[in-house]
Amino acid sequence: MAFIDLKRKEIRAKLVFYGPGRGGKTTNVLHIHKTMSRDVCGKMVTVDTRGDRTLFFDFLPLTIGKIMNLTIRIQIYTVPGQVLYNDTRKLVLRGVDGIVFVADSLRVQKDPNIESLKNLEENLRDEKLSIHEIPLVLQYNKRDLAESNVPILSIAEMQNDLNRELGVPAFKASALRGEGVYETLREISKRMIRSVTLKLKSAQTQGQVPQDIPPTP
Amino acid sequence: MDLILTQDMITKLEEILSNELLEHGVDHAFVVDSSGNLITEGGIFPPEDIMPLAALLSANFAATERIAKLIGEKDFTLLFHKGSRFNIHFGRINQDFILVTLFNNEVSLGLVRLGSIKAIEQMLPVLQAA
Repeated sequence: MAFIDLKRKEIRAKLVFYGPGRGGKTTNVLHIHKTMSRDVCGKMVTVDTRGDRTLFFDFLPLTIGKIMNLTIRIQIYTVPGQVLYNDTRKLVLRGVDGIVFVADSLRVQKDPNIESLKNLEENLRDEKLSIHEIPLVLQYNKRDLAESNVPILSIAEMQNDLNRELGVPAFKASALRGEGVYETLREISKRMIRSVTLKLKSAQTQGQVPQDIPPTP
Repeated sequence: MDLILTQDMITKLEEILSNELLEHGVDHAFVVDSSGNLITEGGIFPPEDIMPLAALLSANFAATERIAKLIGEKDFTLLFHKGSRFNIHFGRINQDFILVTLFNNEVSLGLVRLGSIKAIEQMLPVLQAA
């Protein structure tokens, strides 16, 4: 649920990084926080356990540009990936406007990836949202492991497992090295902006938002 | 559904926060929705501190609600954190919005509860119209 504040001339939208436990969702957000300018990136909050697993969520506010004289602020959240924490995932998904699904390239994570995507679809349905309609991007993380002896899934296999029906953009990444993080963020931002613009135009047609929004002085 | 608040609506909410809470000595007061969006705020803390606080407190409130349900309660009527310098009081406006008040030990909890009730009564029609 995007929030449009016509006094501050801002749109606030919620982006959630979803995926199986230990897949690298927090590492993605940490990389963004570490490398982005402080002018556009706010304070990061993380609620994790001693073992560095996300217990509740991570949170990072980000300013990504302007449309129709309204500043777009995205609030990034991650969910705890462990199967056990589904109640928490549901809480974090409330009012979501866009999703990055971070899949783990480790071969042993083949089934957990598929289960987590299915869990996302179910939890979105509970929020009265469809996985086929919400802005969504996939990320195949930990591709750097290809250089080691650890067995990993091929891109073709991951596409077949996760993206056959969805057909959304998918990016290879190594969040630990920062590779593919910004490509993923750029694509999901583009899709969220497109979706918010459509909603804004529809609100203008219904008279909820003025046709001309003056620029901030 | 998206939430759209006009300039007049935000100004009205800010006035209510000011008249019912800030003028009685509380340090900060804000409204947050159930998805963690900071709707309006006023007080001594900078917005960059309040934004993550709003996200955490909204999740805290939602988690407490789940806890209530797990032990067979509908809701906890009073949610309050006591610190050595600052205290936090939560008030439910409706299903979608929460009023959060941060106050120091010189302000009584009773005064904050009274101010919150008055503020919620006035905020409800504004937020329902959005």
